[in-house]
Amino acid sequence: MAQFRVCPDSGFYFDKSAESLMKANAVAGAVSLLIAGILGLGVILTRWQEVHLLPADVFYQALTGHGINALIFWIIFFEMAILYFASSTLLRTRLAAPRWAWAGFALMIIGMVMNNIAVLQGNSSVMMTSYAPMQAEPHFYLGLILFAVGALIGCFVFLGTLVIARDDRTYEGSIPLVTFGALTACIIAIFTIACGAIILVPTFLWSIGYIGHIDAAMYRVIWWGLGHSSQQINVAAHVSVWYLIVGVLFNARPMSEKVSRTAFLLYILFLQLASAHHILVDPGISSEWKVFNTSYAMYLAVLASMIHGLTVPGSMEVAQRAKGLTKGMFEWLRKAPWGNPVFSGFFFSLIIFGFIGGITGVVMGTEQINIIIHNTIYVPAHFHATVAVGTTLTFMALTYLLIPVLFRRALFLPWVAKWQPYVFSAGMTLMILFMLGAGTLGVSRRHWDMDFTGAMMAFEYPGTAYTMMAVAGIGGVLGVLGGAMYLVVTVGSLLFGKKLDASAGLFQGFGVPLAPSSYDVTQPERLPMAPKLAVEEHGSAGFEAPGTFALALALLVCFVVYYFINWDYLASVWPLS
Amino acid sequence: MSSFLPPSERNWWSTPVGKQEVIWIGIALVWCLIMFVMMPYWHIYGKQNLSNEAYQTTPERFQSRVDEMVAQYKVGEQAGIPIVKPPAGSDVYMLGRLWQWYPILELEKDQSYRLHLSSMDWNHGFSLQPVNINLQIIPGYEMVITVAPDKAGEFTVVCNEFCGIGHHLMLGKIFVREN
Repeated sequence: MAQFRVCPDSGFYFDKSAESLMKANAVAGAVSLLIAGILGLGVILTRWQEVHLLPADVFYQALTGHGINALIFWIIFFEMAILYFASSTLLRTRLAAPRWAWAGFALMIIGMVMNNIAVLQGNSSVMMTSYAPMQAEPHFYLGLILFAVGALIGCFVFLGTLVIARDDRTYEGSIPLVTFGALTACIIAIFTIACGAIILVPTFLWSIGYIGHIDAAMYRVIWWGLGHSSQQINVAAHVSVWYLIVGVLFNARPMSEKVSRTAFLLYILFLQLASAHHILVDPGISSEWKVFNTSYAMYLAVLASMIHGLTVPGSMEVAQRAKGLTKGMFEWLRKAPWGNPVFSGFFFSLIIFGFIGGITGVVMGTEQINIIIHNTIYVPAHFHATVAVGTTLTFMALTYLLIPVLFRRALFLPWVAKWQPYVFSAGMTLMILFMLGAGTLGVSRRHWDMDFTGAMMAFEYPGTAYTMMAVAGIGGVLGVLGGAMYLVVTVGSLLFGKKLDASAGLFQGFGVPLAPSSYDVTQPERLPMAPKLAVEEHGSAGFEAPGTFALALALLVCFVVYYFINWDYLASVWPLS
Repeated sequence: MSSFLPPSERNWWSTPVGKQEVIWIGIALVWCLIMFVMMPYWHIYGKQNLSNEAYQTTPERFQSRVDEMVAQYKVGEQAGIPIVKPPAGSDVYMLGRLWQWYPILELEKDQSYRLHLSSMDWNHGFSLQPVNINLQIIPGYEMVITVAPDKAGEFTVVCNEFCGIGHHLMLGKIFVREN
């Protein structure tokens, strides 16, 4: 029975059911992103003190919904699509248990809707973190639990698909690096969901009265096994997508399979420890525990990210140089396809993730430095650099790549798509940098009114803090505009984009496949190993990618300088012991 | 293209790694170790470290400690909240509840105090401004830190952990006087 189609443009093979699942998950992710973006606009326009748009209750409600939709639903739906792509499509194999995958998807949809309804009803404005003993409605927790169970099923379908591919010998040699990275993301996801179950199931039982007491400190420790780790799924997933994008756009091959895979292995072993970042100023947790965990056991996961930071652009540079772009240090980068949103989106996300997200994350995750940063608006600034730009922009870039390949539609309004990564990253970077600044001045996160109107005592933040929050507001609005451009292009492409396949209909987004005649391949050819390259030396002084090395050194210099500036700032506050 | 194809060598593990990557991994590893050592170093030589002292407590028990201190050392009142001036070097208490920090503390500059913090209800965030010291205050747990204010003036405790609709009303004060 023929169940595969081959994309005539890209050569990717799509299993019919895997393809439908990818589409449905990607569309559900885009819907979550839409909700998150609208709520995010309300949040940033309230934090911009001169605008102060929403009343307090709506603000906290919007902030709760924004966090959950952006950090959980959008990202994990999209990651399910990536898992199915990285297993079934990249390995040219049928998907394991498609019915289970659909059941998982249904649970995720039910969970997402249930949780959003709970937040919309107004009695569950407890923030994404929902720290006990502050209590939300039972269906707030139940929605998250169902969503997590659905995602867990997706993870096992992914693993099952790897097993099928291996048994059927659909590929030669080892699994590709991108699939290896997706496997890393899947393993981290299973850990994350286990933590989520351990904490959210009892919390749900507590909310309906079966359990009398949830220890507030224990809740924070275990919840962050979910809360932070879910963002580590993103890191593994978007780094894999970076490798995919440089492979597709530049025919790039990893500089060293061994190095890149070892770096992913370090993620599996150490990345989860970073959940400790959130409990560095909590009572009852020892310094030894904090130092070991917050540093990912001697920063071995940071080492992994620094390795990817070199090898991803490095592999692109090597490929570009092989094409003759060898002038100077940076011709390979200057002559990159800057007008292609797949490239610009990928590259901006790489730079902003590394230079801003990575550095601020390590700095504020330092045990003592956290004292001057915990719960200030510096924290959301950091994770907007990692997740909103790092992960989200990477997924946006991947979407532009997949619309023609997966949905068989040409991009709608290509000029909007072309500028979208520029608008989105410029806006978000502006917002992030000024929120970092305001956080350094002590401005609190998750706070409706920095004027403290109506409080019995008075306090004023310095005037600079207001200016910074206003500029952050402008940046945030620009970022939301960039997000809207993405949705216009993607939704527009599905509705109005030129059909590359006559049967690419409107209902694809719900998982409806192309015409049966498109699926004319019974069994794809076995996936060959990458062609061997004759050993070639590019670059200078035996360096294959000198431009990338210079960029990496620039990152290191920024990192070192900024790290010690923060120690210096810490040294100026009241002595504590 | 081989980032999404199986590696070109069956035994990719034994393919030699380029010089550039080896150098970068070396540099990055050294930096990682420096950052790791900085934290224990600061515990030994730095002045800003949180103690590991904490106790499980109950709101009632902690409240009674606070009340004892207020009864003994009250020197005034502001906005209906007592101002308390305990002796230098003593144990001082502050509690967070919906939506206030209680009581107001008056401390002497360059003296150290054992500051006990806890919450009566939900999580709160002790954010001392403008010095920018931020601590997580958790119900059921009593955190003890030794503080030695090195500047005189009026300091504000902003709550920076979301605690419901009146979160933005939750301010407290610490006065530091020259002696």
